[in-house]
Amino acid sequence: MASELSHGKPALSVERITLTFGGLRALNEVSFDVVEGSVTSVIGPNGAGKTSLFNAVSGFYKPSGGSVRLFGETIDRVPAPERARLGLARTFQNIALFRGMTVLDNIKLGRHAHMSTGLLDALWYFGRARREELELRAEIERRIIDFLEIDHIRNAAVAALPYGLQKRVELARALAMRPRVLMLDEPVAGMNREETEDMARFILDVKEEWGVTILMVEHDMGMVMDISDHVVVLNFGEVIADGSPRAVAANPRVIEAYLGAGDVGDLRRRLQAGKGPTTGGKAA
Amino acid sequence: MRIGTAKESYAADESLFDTAVQWRWLLVFFALLLIFPFIATPYWLFMACLVAINVASATGLNILTGYTGLVSLGQAAFMGVGAYTVAWLEINLGTPVLVNLVAGGLMAGAAGMLVGVPSLRVKGLYLAIATIAASVIFHFIFANWTSVTGGVSGLTMPPGTIFGFTLDEPRDLYWLIVPITVLMVIGAANLFRTRIGRAFIAIRDRDISAEVLGIRLLRFKLLSFALSSFYAGVAGGLWAYFFRVVTPESFPLLMSIFFLAAIIVGGMGSILGAILGAAFMTMVPEVLKMVVNWLSPWLPDAVALLSPVRVMVFGALIVGFLLFEPQGLAEMWRRLRRQFHLWPFKT
Repeated sequence: MASELSHGKPALSVERITLTFGGLRALNEVSFDVVEGSVTSVIGPNGAGKTSLFNAVSGFYKPSGGSVRLFGETIDRVPAPERARLGLARTFQNIALFRGMTVLDNIKLGRHAHMSTGLLDALWYFGRARREELELRAEIERRIIDFLEIDHIRNAAVAALPYGLQKRVELARALAMRPRVLMLDEPVAGMNREETEDMARFILDVKEEWGVTILMVEHDMGMVMDISDHVVVLNFGEVIADGSPRAVAANPRVIEAYLGAGDVGDLRRRLQAGKGPTTGGKAA
Repeated sequence: MRIGTAKESYAADESLFDTAVQWRWLLVFFALLLIFPFIATPYWLFMACLVAINVASATGLNILTGYTGLVSLGQAAFMGVGAYTVAWLEINLGTPVLVNLVAGGLMAGAAGMLVGVPSLRVKGLYLAIATIAASVIFHFIFANWTSVTGGVSGLTMPPGTIFGFTLDEPRDLYWLIVPITVLMVIGAANLFRTRIGRAFIAIRDRDISAEVLGIRLLRFKLLSFALSSFYAGVAGGLWAYFFRVVTPESFPLLMSIFFLAAIIVGGMGSILGAILGAAFMTMVPEVLKMVVNWLSPWLPDAVALLSPVRVMVFGALIVGFLLFEPQGLAEMWRRLRRQFHLWPFKT
């Protein structure tokens, strides 16, 4: 699957992004493409710069070098709120829902950038504002609430929901943004097996039924390897591997980054190369 | 127990009042508002007008502080801007009352937007201090721009006239103040059913993710300031028509704190909260005064004895609310409703 996709048009291109905090280089000339219609995962050990990368792409951090292209257009000078209008949506690692609002209002907020109700219309409500609100409500009910199976909690306060459902509501809100590229920051972190499987199913459905390109940061290797078309591995702010899940999993630099260069990593590599552990010991 | 409220359309689910019972109560309330001026004594009419003015201003502050999360201690100053604008227009140009009120609101709205500029950078207590600084500046302008504001002695204005009626008594002013307040409160309630109101709440709850959703923080924070100050300005204009003397001392900092206390006691981020809070804060001192008066036949020097106690009881009530019901009167009302809806079952 990955091989056919690699010829596709990039939905999002990260080109030589460098991000520094004082003397610390969080990202160093990071480049990769997210092919349209793919699920691309960014993995890497803690502190590798995955969330920094997300923040740079979504416009919170200003990279000191490089650029980000969305469907071929450079968006470096586009402020964060405008990027939403262009079809770039994201979720957060620590759920960033609006806790004082209901599930429904949270989801409605996703559409904010595409709505046009002005102040006077809003104060009067009847007429244009009402029409727009009701259209939005009907669409959210039909396309999102049904799809993500959250109809039983639509009027619940977000703060009272269990973690897994909150993650799902956050996905719902991102879908309401009419995204073309959806960035998910650890969508299944802290979930149990069943919730993870549900979420993986939703992500694949979003890709296939909605035609949304997905860029995801995730630590759950099982899920990453199962649903990704393309995996990018970051370590210490640099891309150390980039390719299909299978190729990345076999890459010695990736194994080294995850397992360390010490005994365990060495052992594993030798085992994979078909040599026994004892011969490895002798060679060392 | 609440039954038979199945909804068949999204429109029904999105309406402000969704049951027939609620609509009936609302009709009763408006009917009471209509007949009130014909049965009430001048004292009660005076109080009703004052409550309505305070409700309008508190609703405005609630938009800014309760819903958008920007703490402001400048509400009284914005009322002052509205009041001075209205008084100046009435004295110098004699333009129609409604035009003056809108002008007062717009002027205050513009002032609010200016004061709101720091809100992009500072939040919480820092913003509160910034708004105090702004209100000190406004006080200075009121007191020293003598050619326009009349300096320390202020402006004394003639009563307004509307469609040939002279508004010089609470009985007449009631018909100006109460409908305008009702309209403003309905406007605020509507606002929070649309994208603009939701954006305000989003900024309060988590401004970073608001930005990711495409909400431009500066624009919406300024909009919130402008709208809140517009409400204050119109309320200030009504205040000017009501008291007809506007001086720099009419809108002290203490009044801003009064409004902040009103929305805290009533319930921040709740339309009903601002109404209940403003009514509570305006009426309770009066009610306590009456209690003291009732007691005076039995206690000969009740007035002298109990007046300080009255202030303390008022303070204790506010502290009690903060301790036992931080969500305010609106939450108490919601809980009562929920219990009623579920009766005979318990939550």
